[in-house]
Amino acid sequence: MARRVLITGLDSFWGGRMAQALESDPDVEMILGMGTREPSVALERAEFVRADETYSILSRIVRATQVDTIVHTFLVVDSTRVSGREMHEINVIGTMNLLAAAGQPGSPVRQVVVKSSTLVYGSAPTDPMWFREETSRTSPARTRVERSLIEVEGYVRDFAEDNPSTVVTLLRFANVLGTNIVTPISSNLSRPWCPSVDGYDPLLQFVEEGDVVRCLEHVTHNRIGGLYNVAGEGKLPWSEVTAICGTRRLHLPPVATRAVAAPLVRLGLIELPPELESLLRFGRGVDTSRISESGFSCRRSTAETVDSFVRSLRLRRSVRKAPPSYAYESDVEQFFRHSPAATRPSA
Amino acid sequence: MAQRVEHAGRSALVALPRREGAATQTPRPSDAGRLSDVDEWGRSERMRSIARRVYAPVYNHWFRAEWEGLEKIPKTGGALLVANHAGAIPPDAPTIMHGIEVEIGRPVYGMADYAFRRAPWVGTMWARVGGLPAHPDNALRLLRDQGQLALVFPEGTKGPSKTYADRYRLRRFGRGGFVEIAMRAGVPVIPIAVVGAEESMPVIFRLPTLARALGLPYVPVTANLLVFGPVGLLLHFPVKLKLRVLDPVTFDVPRGQERYSKSRVMEEAESIRLRLQECLYEMLRERRSVFFG
Repeated sequence: MARRVLITGLDSFWGGRMAQALESDPDVEMILGMGTREPSVALERAEFVRADETYSILSRIVRATQVDTIVHTFLVVDSTRVSGREMHEINVIGTMNLLAAAGQPGSPVRQVVVKSSTLVYGSAPTDPMWFREETSRTSPARTRVERSLIEVEGYVRDFAEDNPSTVVTLLRFANVLGTNIVTPISSNLSRPWCPSVDGYDPLLQFVEEGDVVRCLEHVTHNRIGGLYNVAGEGKLPWSEVTAICGTRRLHLPPVATRAVAAPLVRLGLIELPPELESLLRFGRGVDTSRISESGFSCRRSTAETVDSFVRSLRLRRSVRKAPPSYAYESDVEQFFRHSPAATRPSA
Repeated sequence: MAQRVEHAGRSALVALPRREGAATQTPRPSDAGRLSDVDEWGRSERMRSIARRVYAPVYNHWFRAEWEGLEKIPKTGGALLVANHAGAIPPDAPTIMHGIEVEIGRPVYGMADYAFRRAPWVGTMWARVGGLPAHPDNALRLLRDQGQLALVFPEGTKGPSKTYADRYRLRRFGRGGFVEIAMRAGVPVIPIAVVGAEESMPVIFRLPTLARALGLPYVPVTANLLVFGPVGLLLHFPVKLKLRVLDPVTFDVPRGQERYSKSRVMEEAESIRLRLQECLYEMLRERRSVFFG
């Protein structure tokens, strides 16, 4: 059956890439992307709708377009980019409206995919070295982004319970590194100095950005429901990651870490959101056997992910070229999609 | 008979993650561009070999450690080693880990209170030389999925914190969690009796108020402090350490169950505790001198 897919955050990193990936899937008949800004990647046939980040018009869109799948990629997991209030609006209120639209009476939606993060497990000394999906976190969530993602997951769980006929997929991705994505960790690693908490050398797990998109595509294409951890195999100590990336470690004291780091963060020398600080103490690992059983395995292990990141870093250091961005011209895009003059491969 | 996880080619000292069954075919994570040999548990064979070199004189000349029944420790496959735990800074853990690594050539992961992990520097060093927080999930992955040797002290901190008057009296074996893990992983439990650790750093009394203030499990005042002064904080008496490996205990229960009968678990834990206690008494009967064995 031909799929009609709605993607949130088409203008964001993941939404754009997911749309590109789905465009090459012949089973997908229509791709509709929502975003607050224009998409920044080249798209062939995905349609773009501008909407505010809380998706107040989503119920109407779902009814009008009869989408059967919603891929919710637009969750903020990086607390340095937006304010707390904005994050709450995007994550919690946005997801709430999205699930309300998907669960409206007579809804055509058969699958909802939500891209969450392993941030929901937190990072504490009492943690197991590998979190399984059903393991609960051992410390209370203190950071904004963790609390907001936990709230989001609560809504998703409720939705799954109330709508047993809808396939609900919740993916928790480990920290992402790759050629293009910018996260607090990647921007720290790109700088000559990189924060580390003295006395701690945590083991970190990474997933490569291409694997994230492949995994989203895998669960969407195969209609796989459930809760899954997704991460590259193995772990690397932070000291080794920084050494591979050729940055020096800026040793922050284990006590009063935030007080010492605050002026450096202010000056823009490092990035250290609270969730990264605890990660740089105790690290985190997730068990990925469940997603492997569903037939997906990451192409790159943690070590290979770091390796691919450092290759792109070296290139960027040498040529200083900004990653290519795509200028979305509404008229042009409309012309290619809808003008009788443009020839289109019959869908 | 409980099945034992057998993996071929388990000779590498630093194990790479492996799963049983179908997942065994998943490719090992590539070591592309890796600079250190820290494994997924934080253990580094390079650090471990340095630690062995440093500890070897202590092991050979200070404690003059002597093993009995080392052949009972399997050459391959997972096994849960349990031992009695004593001395304010227990010398039993490094001695068992060193002994097995040197004599058998297999890595041993020592599981301990997660308080170690919290402490800066100490926690990192501890992880690099094979320490691990004692979480059931960690033990299960090590034993079942990776077929490794894990060492636990079921007495927990109750062991090292007991005073000299109570020496060689085993404390309660926790809630029997170690038996349940061994059942679930389908591996044998191998008890090891250690004699000498009790006298290496005897606790005369404890300072519970200070311990609470410092957030430590216990703060002991040891005989070593009185004899050696501040050096006694870390210096053990040169006692003779004798270790005896008891017969492996296997459980005839299906592996992989989420829960096992609590009465059965407690019964097994208690029977292991009694065997270990009996063995300790036996070894004490044979011991002529604390310092010369």
